[in-house]
Amino acid sequence: MSEFLLLRHRNQGEEDIADLDAYIRLGGFQAFKKVVTEMSSKQVIDLVKNSGLRGRGGAGFPTGMKWSFLADRFPRYVVANSDESEPGTFKDREILERNPFQFLEGLMICAYAAQANVAYNYCRGEFWMLAQELHGKVAQLHERGLLGEGIFGSDFALQIHHHLGAGAYICGEESALLESIEGKLGQPRMKPPFPADRGLYQQPTVVNNTETLANVPLIIERGADWYRSIGVAKSCGPKIMCLSGHAKNPGNYEVPLGITFRELIFGLAGGIRADRGLKAILPSGASAPILPATDAVLDTPLTYEDVPRVGSQLGSASIILLDETVDVSWAALKTTRFFKHESCGKCTPCREGTYWMDRLLERINNGRGDPADANLLGEVAKQISGKCLCPLGDFSVSAVVSGLELFRDDFVQHVRSGNQTAEKLTG
Amino acid sequence: MADFVKLKIDGQSVSVPEGTLIVDAAKRAGNDIPVFCYHPKMEPVGMCRMCLVEVGTPLRDRESAELQMDEHGDPQIQWMPKLQTACTVPVSAGMRVRTATENVTLARKDVVEFLLTSHPLDCPVCDKGGECPLQNLTMQHGTGKSRYLFDEKMQLQKRVPLGDLIFLDRERCIQCARCTRFQDELVGESVIGFDQRGRALQIVTFSDPGFDSHFSGNTTDICPVGALTTADFRFGARPWEMQHTPSICPHCAVGCNTHLNTRRSSLAGEHVIKRIMPRQNEKVNEIWLCDKGRFGHHFVGSPERLTVPLLRKDGHMIEKSWEHVLPLVAARLAAAGGAVAGLAGERLSNEDLFTFHTLVDGLGGGTMQWPGRMGGGDVVQHVGVAVGTDLAHLGADTVILVVASDLAEEAPLWWFKVRQAATKAGATSDKSRATLIVANARETKLDPFATHTVRYRYGDEVRTVLALTHSILGGDAGLAASVAEQYSTRVSEAARAIAAADNMIIIYGSEGLDFSGSSALAQACANLLISCGNLGSLGNGLLPVWPSNNTQGAWDVGVKPAGISVSEFTAAAEVVLLAGADPVGDGDALPDDAFVVVSELFSTESVRRADVVLPAQAYAERDGSFTSGDRRVQRFYPALPPRGQTLPDWKIFTRLTALLGLGAAAAGAGAVMQQIAAAIPHYTGITYERLAAVEQQWPDVGGRDSYYGGTAFENSAGLGVQTPTLAETGHFLQLGDVQSPPVESGDLLAVPVTLLYDRGSTLVRSEILHPRLPDPYVELNVADAQVANVASGDRVALCINGRTWELTARVSFRPPQGAALLPRGLGGPPLPRITPASLRKMAL
Repeated sequence: MSEFLLLRHRNQGEEDIADLDAYIRLGGFQAFKKVVTEMSSKQVIDLVKNSGLRGRGGAGFPTGMKWSFLADRFPRYVVANSDESEPGTFKDREILERNPFQFLEGLMICAYAAQANVAYNYCRGEFWMLAQELHGKVAQLHERGLLGEGIFGSDFALQIHHHLGAGAYICGEESALLESIEGKLGQPRMKPPFPADRGLYQQPTVVNNTETLANVPLIIERGADWYRSIGVAKSCGPKIMCLSGHAKNPGNYEVPLGITFRELIFGLAGGIRADRGLKAILPSGASAPILPATDAVLDTPLTYEDVPRVGSQLGSASIILLDETVDVSWAALKTTRFFKHESCGKCTPCREGTYWMDRLLERINNGRGDPADANLLGEVAKQISGKCLCPLGDFSVSAVVSGLELFRDDFVQHVRSGNQTAEKLTG
Repeated sequence: MADFVKLKIDGQSVSVPEGTLIVDAAKRAGNDIPVFCYHPKMEPVGMCRMCLVEVGTPLRDRESAELQMDEHGDPQIQWMPKLQTACTVPVSAGMRVRTATENVTLARKDVVEFLLTSHPLDCPVCDKGGECPLQNLTMQHGTGKSRYLFDEKMQLQKRVPLGDLIFLDRERCIQCARCTRFQDELVGESVIGFDQRGRALQIVTFSDPGFDSHFSGNTTDICPVGALTTADFRFGARPWEMQHTPSICPHCAVGCNTHLNTRRSSLAGEHVIKRIMPRQNEKVNEIWLCDKGRFGHHFVGSPERLTVPLLRKDGHMIEKSWEHVLPLVAARLAAAGGAVAGLAGERLSNEDLFTFHTLVDGLGGGTMQWPGRMGGGDVVQHVGVAVGTDLAHLGADTVILVVASDLAEEAPLWWFKVRQAATKAGATSDKSRATLIVANARETKLDPFATHTVRYRYGDEVRTVLALTHSILGGDAGLAASVAEQYSTRVSEAARAIAAADNMIIIYGSEGLDFSGSSALAQACANLLISCGNLGSLGNGLLPVWPSNNTQGAWDVGVKPAGISVSEFTAAAEVVLLAGADPVGDGDALPDDAFVVVSELFSTESVRRADVVLPAQAYAERDGSFTSGDRRVQRFYPALPPRGQTLPDWKIFTRLTALLGLGAAAAGAGAVMQQIAAAIPHYTGITYERLAAVEQQWPDVGGRDSYYGGTAFENSAGLGVQTPTLAETGHFLQLGDVQSPPVESGDLLAVPVTLLYDRGSTLVRSEILHPRLPDPYVELNVADAQVANVASGDRVALCINGRTWELTARVSFRPPQGAALLPRGLGGPPLPRITPASLRKMAL
């Protein structure tokens, strides 16, 4: 099994392609030139549709389809979602650092396809240094005439603005992201209407993940058939897997969709640290159900279709490994602590429920819990599930519900030996 | 008219207009889906998740789009996998909604339990207890027992002043955003908002002073918990201890419908107003009140009220009984032989003014509306805004022209409704916006919503309206051109908008104008309406921004401005009769030898000059009616027992009438209304019964259920009756002569303007509003201030007509250059109209 560097480095060896001259010398912006000078907006959308590219932000929605849904109103906007905030996700950052122009080129092609003249790149607040770099890169593109008025002698004009978030996980949710760009409190909007109809400033808007956009120039350059040849039928193309936790060699692995957990973990990443046993996998950060490290799971291909079959989601492929020493109730507390901290507070079940789950898990983990607390925890999680305004509410219960189902003993042992532990802690 | 959509809710067929939300459709079918964040006046947000229901839609074949039928021939229903918020989903044809399934019941229980994990449950000490949607819905849908540990509840600040009027209890807040959405959507002043996130999400204020809005009190009504309370009512009483009496706000010409909530101040104490709540009247104030109306009631309970008749004897005022003073007054009136001058205030009720007029007229004397500074009442009787017109619902076929009025300060609810017409913000399916033209010499709070702003120079109000008329009709091209040139091209743009619209409402005020100036402006506006044919039908006509609540009623019953000064009017009088009028306080001397009789609430300057003082009842202690600026006659009812020996004005005057043998004493206010209906043609047919009639209003915000929660009161005591204009009764109307008043000139012109919060006798006794009551000031343009070397806060001497006033200067860009804005009613110069003035900085 070999790795790609298509998204992160255009497979360009030692070249520093974050340098505009190098990027252009190695064929950069040819795709953008091609779409602006040779293709209609519809042709671009059809090509991306045919390529089978699906959104890399987590939902896996077909990208070309998303572009074709735009309501027939102008102005339109395109927005890159670089608010990479899922625990265990660090792929967009590497793209922005090592291969920023390929991402920007993807954003520019997307803007052309959407007939938008203004594009935003929404970066998480912690990317402030990156955003400064990107400012400079956009200025360079203006100098070269790749941005601004009359690009390549056409009547296409484009501006790119970088917008820094203020450190909210929820702003990775597209409607909250749009609210944030508008200068409002980062809270998700009611859907429908969807951004394709009423997005930024109530105008038709495309929001795409950074990694998704980095795929686009490759598709234009090499064609849909080439792209489909990578990966499997419905999940094709290269994908960056962010492997963290107890892997021997954690990091980003750019692979074709469809390799198995086993190939990734034990093939590419060299197995588990200290050669311990693997207990469980969080395949999509804190947001999707925990998977047990069974053979059936390990042999599951990493695709948008196969991971749900074993009970979880591929999501943004932020794969966190838990070895046999990990107490899943502790891991569940980590996720609820995160969601309690990040809940925007707009809807009741998420605002109050994450807080309650956190209190329960803290009690359980401190050994101050009651034997009934494990059941109550499960019920509170169920109470949140399916009732929230945005998907993040449902995400918040994933680790708790699956953890309780698969590793109930991890939770129960604390409450069984509750008083002892409490004494230990206080004594 | 929207198309109707049929759906079934819990098996019951419902037909509602397209676009209706499930929650409202259910409401129309008598099914109260519980809500916290949803409010029918605002855009839905789906935040609280209380209204979750099961929703299904008919299954259609993907290819043919044909309905799929089951074996019974009924359409197959595809149920949505998740529960849906009934407040965000609009109905669709054939939709099925289930609101009573186990899933739904459980969801409601779950949401209530979640909300209560953070709520302090301090109902026993909470102002909202007893009328609290959270309390009610917890009783209905909660489990009665929480699994959340009480010790793990958050402890938050319980007394956070958002401003001087509104307090926030952070523990009680359930983050429904009703208050912030009210300010954002319906008022357009985003002075409060959310800060932080998650469980720390909290309401904060962004303005200085805090919660700086004329409408802040409404947020406490729509708050579904006790998180927002008013400084006035906070810990003042329990809702169930109070009596609710329908009333009418006595402050401005809008005539907002209210409820007076009264209680004994203590076991043995007096009955007092504890709070004023809005009473729903969609055509008037909907379910809102401005803060002046809500908090400006303390004059009623003021210890400074006059309570006993007084008679001047040897230079001293002696307390006497009515039986003693009334015959004495009658004798003086009879002896005056017609040399009687009667001045009646515009605040008195129709019954008071009518009996006053009957008495004085019967004696052969004359009556004068006091202060009577605004003209145009007769013109309004001709071309007033048509019966049934609702400002908020005017749409794209209508132009609203506002001239010489700072509506936000003079008639807040009209500002609110005009803004609504121009923006169609909030929950309205009708997004057709009226064209708003604002003509004023300075920027006002309406300007941001105006399609066209016409900026003239003070003194050019009439000329501007004439120019608009000529510009539309192609009349005096010279005037139109000269005005258009002088004030850029906005006049012609505005004229084109007027010409293009089907309907036109003109709202005129008296900023900078006296009686003759505003009379001329009214006539100019009437001529514009007549010329364009915009009269006599819905959505057309003239709306006067009267300075007082019952100026319209005074005009109607014959108590009109005299058009001359008080001293001229009273010069030959042997007896001067004052009712709710204080000319002496405004610097107008009464004849030295006149016998002065005053009926009043408070000891005014005129009372100090009086020979007989008659203590009158305040509106809250008696019944009567007021007529608002849109000629809506509305009843108010007695909420408090009479103070001391006070009597309602109408009773005083009808008794005097009887004593003088001029007629029989009326038995009650209702009987006086019968006399009015018989005497005044356009009041024909108006009775107290008709005024008390109600009809079903939408949205249904009544207190019968906890659907919308909050404490907006349903209206069961009368929506009022609008009197018709001559235009509506088929009279042919002719253009009237307009006498353009002379334009003053001078380097500095003092301009009287109106503020919402002034120091009038009915407001200054509300101490709660004192932080908002400015000291007398003069507001200068930055350029003028530089010339005079004056900065904000400096003391200046303003010289007007040879008299000098010491005032505090305010410097801003608000006044146009050359104008010094002088707010009325702050205790500064009682200036009738634009007057040349000079100003100098005072030495320290």
